[in-house]
Amino acid sequence: MEQSHHGAETGPKQRTVEVGTALLTLVFGLIVLYGSIIVGFGWGSDGPQAGFFPFYVGLIICVCSIINLVQGAREDPEPLFAEYGQLRQVLKVLIPACIYVALVPFLGIYLPSVALILIFMIWLGNYGWPLSLAVALGVPAFFYITLERWFLIPLPKGPIEAMLGL
Amino acid sequence: MNMIAENFTFLYHGFGIASDPFNILLMAIGILLGVIIGVLPGLGGANGVAILLPLTFSMSPTSAIILLTCIYWGALFGGAITSVLFNIPGEPWSVATTFDGHPMARSGRAGEALTAAFTSSFVGAFFAIVMITLIAPLVAQFALQFGPAEKFAVYFLAFASFVGMSKEPPAKTIVSMMIGFALAAVGLDMVTGQLRLTFGITELLNGFDFLIAVIGLFGIGEILLTMEEGLEFRGKAAKIDPKVVWKTWKTLPKYWVTSLRSCIIGCWMGITPAGATPASFMAYGIAKRMSKNGKNFGNGEIEGVVAPETAAHAAGTAAMLPMLALGVPGSPTAAVLLGGLLIWGLQPGPMLFVEQAEFVWGLIASMYLGNVVGLILVLTTVPLFASILRIPFSIIAPVILVICAIGAYTVNNNVFDVIMMMVFGVLGYLLKKTNYPLAPLVLAIVLGDSAEEAFRQALLSSGGTISVFWSNGLVSSIMGLGVVAGIWPLIGLLFGKLRGNSAQPA
Repeated sequence: MEQSHHGAETGPKQRTVEVGTALLTLVFGLIVLYGSIIVGFGWGSDGPQAGFFPFYVGLIICVCSIINLVQGAREDPEPLFAEYGQLRQVLKVLIPACIYVALVPFLGIYLPSVALILIFMIWLGNYGWPLSLAVALGVPAFFYITLERWFLIPLPKGPIEAMLGL
Repeated sequence: MNMIAENFTFLYHGFGIASDPFNILLMAIGILLGVIIGVLPGLGGANGVAILLPLTFSMSPTSAIILLTCIYWGALFGGAITSVLFNIPGEPWSVATTFDGHPMARSGRAGEALTAAFTSSFVGAFFAIVMITLIAPLVAQFALQFGPAEKFAVYFLAFASFVGMSKEPPAKTIVSMMIGFALAAVGLDMVTGQLRLTFGITELLNGFDFLIAVIGLFGIGEILLTMEEGLEFRGKAAKIDPKVVWKTWKTLPKYWVTSLRSCIIGCWMGITPAGATPASFMAYGIAKRMSKNGKNFGNGEIEGVVAPETAAHAAGTAAMLPMLALGVPGSPTAAVLLGGLLIWGLQPGPMLFVEQAEFVWGLIASMYLGNVVGLILVLTTVPLFASILRIPFSIIAPVILVICAIGAYTVNNNVFDVIMMMVFGVLGYLLKKTNYPLAPLVLAIVLGDSAEEAFRQALLSSGGTISVFWSNGLVSSIMGLGVVAGIWPLIGLLFGKLRGNSAQPA
């Protein structure tokens, strides 16, 4: 990535990201190749081995990644991938979402959902507490009633729900 | 001819059974339940039918299967709703609907898109039902000619049309597709029973479910993309217009060629059975090539919604046919329904038409009626659904995230899937911005295992020679079509050069 300027019209260049993505797919292809080789990629006694198909898939990925790499490097260096301002906006959603997902294994799905909706509405949407609380508590409650009670589909729950006996 | 006359008598009798008031009530309930299920990603179609299967044990088999098929229709409609409004395909075959349906919603034409989608699916399904009524036994014979090599050829055709007909550079399309195949290969290998590509990580035992990939790539990815512009109102130009349905209906008939062509593609793909997913992609790709507005596909062309929806529903309905006539389910949902039939002691296969004629024709009649009832119910609620987009983004974004997380979890009751969903989300954002097409990736995840299985079975039966794919007329012609589709742009260039300077693309 380029050195960071804080401005409205700078950002990482599209070409850099293109090359980076091609490298990423190349690494992925190599991993697939490796995984196929260790289970055997040839023709066994009763047909193709488990790694046969993925081996060629991985090979094609690597070849085409190199093509993309070369084409990416030849691109015009001017256009931006995204402005830093835009990326900041994306992170404003991405980071809370990642924290949310990370919390689900530990706290279940209901509590983090309440928190997520609250954060979005209050911090990002500038809504007041009453409305935010109403939606933040209402939506998970709706799902609890329809999914858990009516359709009988269990969702992950955490220690708090266990304490409340839900 | 006598057979057809006989069929119609049975059908008439079947209508009598299907229009029993109790059964009509069941249809309405089924469709409503289905829509709710379809709107929640992760619960659509096959899952929903499976969950509600036990509810039907106390009913007569005819009533039960009417309820189940209507739940299935409802889920299909629900899947179209989320595809258009939120770019989250509820089913693999709704992916192609998002290409033009969602841009339409973003420019304030959600009502039009939904109307087009529902109407097209009705037309497609209706066409397929008529076809089933008329030529069921003939089709059964044709389907019997499809061995693994032919099946693989059909998959090859679907994938090759992607490479040839998409606007992204072929190397990127191929990478995308291959990544999908690789992800599909993770986990237990069906043929040898070995674990592959799991590298000792237990969570990867089940492999990657396409739904997780789709929810992440399309749903989360879309939210991240939208964020670049800040928390703008999405679809703020959308007006609630109760007359939107009529207005859209007036514009639809001019796409009748696309519609008819997509119906045929869908029926063929449903029977073969490649399924609704390749059918929708093929229909989209071909429509894009053949339409006057082809260049505008992807930006909100209504024809880009008509083609895939018609084909997908024609295929989905046509898939019932191999299930009834051969006992071979043409789609995952047909498989669940097949399970239901067996539980009730009904043996699908050619004998079903003879021994349980009342049941079969009651089912077929209920398909007609259920389709009509469903269309009416759903169209009356289109303006309501379209208005969901007017809810401000900062409220609806976290709610979508929660719904996605729930959807991702309910697929396999696995919390790890929720985390994978986020990973796919970031990946989707990155890939979209760097012009890697996502649709081939998803298609490959869905069909990767079946395509590989067909490939290996074909090779096994031929003793390892690749020439099995050119061994008879049927498979050669399909493979040939695939090759042509794949190198279509090159063919276009070639023709251009041959014709000299004033070349038109072929």
